[in-house]
Amino acid sequence: MPILCSSCSEKRAVLKRPKTGHSLCKECFFWAFEEEVHQTIVAAELFKPKEVVGIAASGGKDSTVLAHVMKLLNERYNYGLQLMLISVDEGITGYRDDSLETVKRNQQQYELPLKIVSYEELYGWTMDAIVKQVGLKNNCTFCGVFRRQALDRGAIMLKVDKICTGHNADDVAETVLMNVLRGDIARLRRCTTISTASEGDGVVPRCKPLKYAYEKEIVLYAYFKKLDYFSTECIYSPNAYRGHARTFLKDLESIRPSSIVDIIHSGENLSVREGVKMPVQGTCTRCGYISSQALCKSCVLLEGLNRGLPKLGIGKHHRLHEKLLSQQPLTDNEERKLKSVDF
Amino acid sequence: MACLSHLSSPAFRPNHLGGAELLFSGQKEHHVTLPSQSEPWDMKQLLVWIQRNLLKERPELFVQGDSVRPGILVLINDADWELMGELDYQLQNNDNVVFISTLHGG
Repeated sequence: MPILCSSCSEKRAVLKRPKTGHSLCKECFFWAFEEEVHQTIVAAELFKPKEVVGIAASGGKDSTVLAHVMKLLNERYNYGLQLMLISVDEGITGYRDDSLETVKRNQQQYELPLKIVSYEELYGWTMDAIVKQVGLKNNCTFCGVFRRQALDRGAIMLKVDKICTGHNADDVAETVLMNVLRGDIARLRRCTTISTASEGDGVVPRCKPLKYAYEKEIVLYAYFKKLDYFSTECIYSPNAYRGHARTFLKDLESIRPSSIVDIIHSGENLSVREGVKMPVQGTCTRCGYISSQALCKSCVLLEGLNRGLPKLGIGKHHRLHEKLLSQQPLTDNEERKLKSVDF
Repeated sequence: MACLSHLSSPAFRPNHLGGAELLFSGQKEHHVTLPSQSEPWDMKQLLVWIQRNLLKERPELFVQGDSVRPGILVLINDADWELMGELDYQLQNNDNVVFISTLHGG
């Protein structure tokens, strides 16, 4: 005997919401999901009327749902926003080239302008080329750092006021766990904020409208609405550290579904003890981008790649940055440490 | 996506969505007839059957213990299997089972 929707009591329930335990029919689920994103946007005052908003779109499930819901809510509640899609091509054969085809279809389906920026044009390196040099273990570090900057560059080219990304509740909870596991207090303190303020030239404020949306619901929303998205794991991701946090989180969710929002709640309410040393925000002496060191991470990573020293951005070699900046040669020992790579 | 379809006794169509089809040689839909037996087939037995007969590689990406790996959603006739008793649900003729993987980039 089918279970009835706990909201309308008329139709057959099609899912059990992990957040609340309620059983909802399709229409009530769509409504609940969309309304919650709307409440998230309103409560956090994420947007102002007339703003130009760039939706970071990869063709994957989260960004496709984000684009769909942003367009829907913009119309339903007259946010007055001008929406655009920004996509980053990291140069990963067999993964990104396929998902970009999906973004191009999304562009037509949602009738939104699209800008694609590529690592190749911005940095002169594709992820495929980077992995060849760096190996399979630390390549996500490069990709994440480069992509952040690439999104900002794309946003500036499109004259966008704000970027929104499809990060969901599971993502944010995983990040909290990762930062606890790695002892990264500075990031732990920042990682649950729903939006970033403008941090200087070249950095566009960004926000996460799907911050409280469970990944399960995003997938089911896309499935029941028959949204067009690309669904494969990045071929380089199996060794990413985040995978451990994700596996742990999924096991926690299966025992106690509210774990995900509870972890976010813990992260939001953490305060850091007085006297704990925190990095100070400055700018990169080479490119002017936001940085807590003399050289921003992007410049350090690029320097490492271009000089055949792949480990330069991995691990703590801050002393060496000074040497690099002043163009001093490195000792043989220093070079050897920076060259060795785990495959 | 893979669809499992039963034609005689219980018939069901499993679908694998969201990348899960890669574990099944890229085949999204499977129309299947389960061998008849005295008791009705339930989802727990189905998973064992799938692992033995359809899963082509990396079983640990699909099953974990008795159930599916956390992160894989199961829909029976387009409804969350959590509403239908999960592993205890007894399959019926022409049931449509869909497996959706959520474990990929967004």
